[in-house]
Amino acid sequence: MLLVLGGMWVGQNINLLPVDASVNAPIYDELFQVLFTIGTVLFVGIVGLLVFSLIRFRRRSDQIGDGIAIEGNLPLEIFWTAVPAVVVLFVGLYSYDIYDRMGGMVPLAHDHMDGAHEERVWGGISSGSVQAGEIGNALPIDVTAMQFAFLFHYPDGDIISGELHVPAGRPITLRMEAKDVIHAFWVPEFRLKQDVIPGQPTQLSFTPTRPGRYPIVCAELCGPYHGGMRSTVVVEEQDAWDAWFSSNAKTDAANT
Amino acid sequence: MTIALQPETGTERPPRLQPTGWLRYFSFSVDHKVIGLQYLVCGFLFYLIGGALAGAIRTELASPVADFMPRDVYNQVLTLHGTVMIFLWIVPVVNGAFGNYLIPFYVGARDMAFPRLNAVAFWLIPPAGLLLISSYFLTGAAQSGWTAYPPLSITTPATGQIIWILSVLLLGGSSIFGGINFIATILKLRRPGLKLMQLPMYCWAMLGTSILVVLSTPVLAGTLVLLSFDIVAHTGFFNPTLGGNVVVYQHLFWFYSHPAVYIMVLPAFGLVSEILPVHARKPLFGYTTMVYSIMAIVGLGLIVWAHHMFTSGTPPWMRLFFTIATAFIAVPTGIKFFNWLATLWGGRISLNSAMLFSCGFIVNFVLGGITGVALAQVPFDIHVHDTYFVVAHFHYIVFGGSVFVIFASIYHWYPKFTGRMLNEHLGRLHFALTFIGFNLCFGPQHWLGLNGMPRRVAEYDPQFTLINQISSVGALLMAISTLPFLWNVIQSAFAGQRAGDNPWNALTPEWLTSSPPPVENWVGEAPLVEEPYGFGIPAEAFDLAAASGRDLWSSGK
Repeated sequence: MLLVLGGMWVGQNINLLPVDASVNAPIYDELFQVLFTIGTVLFVGIVGLLVFSLIRFRRRSDQIGDGIAIEGNLPLEIFWTAVPAVVVLFVGLYSYDIYDRMGGMVPLAHDHMDGAHEERVWGGISSGSVQAGEIGNALPIDVTAMQFAFLFHYPDGDIISGELHVPAGRPITLRMEAKDVIHAFWVPEFRLKQDVIPGQPTQLSFTPTRPGRYPIVCAELCGPYHGGMRSTVVVEEQDAWDAWFSSNAKTDAANT
Repeated sequence: MTIALQPETGTERPPRLQPTGWLRYFSFSVDHKVIGLQYLVCGFLFYLIGGALAGAIRTELASPVADFMPRDVYNQVLTLHGTVMIFLWIVPVVNGAFGNYLIPFYVGARDMAFPRLNAVAFWLIPPAGLLLISSYFLTGAAQSGWTAYPPLSITTPATGQIIWILSVLLLGGSSIFGGINFIATILKLRRPGLKLMQLPMYCWAMLGTSILVVLSTPVLAGTLVLLSFDIVAHTGFFNPTLGGNVVVYQHLFWFYSHPAVYIMVLPAFGLVSEILPVHARKPLFGYTTMVYSIMAIVGLGLIVWAHHMFTSGTPPWMRLFFTIATAFIAVPTGIKFFNWLATLWGGRISLNSAMLFSCGFIVNFVLGGITGVALAQVPFDIHVHDTYFVVAHFHYIVFGGSVFVIFASIYHWYPKFTGRMLNEHLGRLHFALTFIGFNLCFGPQHWLGLNGMPRRVAEYDPQFTLINQISSVGALLMAISTLPFLWNVIQSAFAGQRAGDNPWNALTPEWLTSSPPPVENWVGEAPLVEEPYGFGIPAEAFDLAAASGRDLWSSGK
């Protein structure tokens, strides 16, 4: 009991993650807290039991005989099969729920495609964390990854940028494709990652919340300069983003 | 086979066709004990090379800029490090070395089922390893990681990649030969009267492992052959510009390479199950559930591969299925850990080096297992996939797990191999340095991964400098820790204290013969060991401080 309480305290009070800057990041942190709590309880419990056994049952110099001949204990074994099974099942269902809230189980939205060509788009996190009505409001951006850079293309304003500028609070849909080898688009502060695959477009949706500059990191070995393949996502307030957008837009697109 | 099974009658031995002195360790010997030691020493030499490569990686990462070696060399080094450690150190040693040495003893046989195939399997390893390492000096080694994902493996320099594929194919072949041999030996060469459920646990672990080897390694071989066609003949199996599909490669690759984790870890589970009861002087707790949990791990291990691909293109239902399947491996694995703890509970535990390394294994592996269950959860994995969190996780499994067990096993069986004891003080020093160095090196890497450091990079965000330097110090400690071990092993071989036949008073059959054992394992008939873990005093007689009445080892059996 003390162990469980201690574990809960550790789970609540120790924060190992960077700041959260998207709608799904706090949901992720909730999952992390639960996993961290369960993990701490299990780890401390098992290691505690081990260390206790090693000290309590160590061989003293006057002992020459063996220990007790216990070869098994069926109820005990059923108990420690059942408990992890229940814990694992709980964690599985809970993370399914989290995944659902992050938008992983939503069928992929195909509205960003012209519909003219049938293309198979894979995705990880879809627009699930976005309110259903707002999907139409999503800002589409095309991402092209190549050795060793990301390029961002805004179809609305025909902007090509090396930095990703996004307005806070508005859902974003990235349609990603790689030119040469597999890359991965990762923003630690968004808790999101999606491989960018040549010959197979992928999609990633998210809603940024906290204005700031966050790193975009390539997380799939892509060649000698893999470690240097980084970019920045700039999350701005709507006004600031509007200003950036209109000063860069080539076509005089109405500001959606 | 005929040579190996010729009955030895009397003390006058006929002249042998094989060298008998130290030369036999460099020969095409068909003696399973010689082959086992060949695997062990050869594997350890490759471990030193792999360790040097790891040292190079940690030196590069001591500073946030790529200043120690050119970037493409860094990628070659990390590829070689992974390949050497997996295919030339852990897999050959936990399977080949201890499997060959112990399995014939455990089943009461005089050798493996196919001694010549056994020797062939070993002798594939040195040329394959030398080929792999020489590629660095000849043309530059492969630089696409040990996973060799296309299109990167197709677009990086072809010669290095082809040599890498050849070498891995040879090592895979060696592994398959070994697997077939173990299955045949365990199922067919058992001494009459010895039932399957009386076998020592390591036999079950090797049976399960060998089933995985035989089922999954051919898939890797086929995949790599296709990949080499893509590189050499410009076919388009995995080349997207020719209509190939890169994600298919990942499925095929992980269909082998996830079971490969169990190929590295299940034998370690088996070895620990041999070591703990002897030094705790208690029977192995829950033999039957141990056997079933090994088989459950084998079954589940084959259907979890896509958890390496949660950020690749995989449909949502697949992610859900692989999450649940992966998480459920924790159940049989947990059973084994609780059984080991129960084995220790109430024992008379000798805290020697073998026991300390085994307990270090339990601590490390529990942590690696907990992060493993977390990584199985898709939403969790999406953040930390391909980061240092994963690097930390799998080093806790394969180093904190398998390598710790390899050291425990060396301390446990060294008296059997050589007839001499290892120095206990040096052994404890080795353990302390390894355990502290290991945790210092890989523990902080969890944090690095959570906070945004991807794996396989030569340069990183300067905010991670301090933690990386701590990690490099840990790596240095680990490098230093091999020195007392090396000295101990070499010095004790000549001047160690004489061990006698059975210094641990163990009951498994390899101890019921001389140390080192004679060529065909026993003079006379093989012993029938029906209770390999028959230690201990029945609970009602426990208050008497007398020696065990069940000490079969002394009854001349």
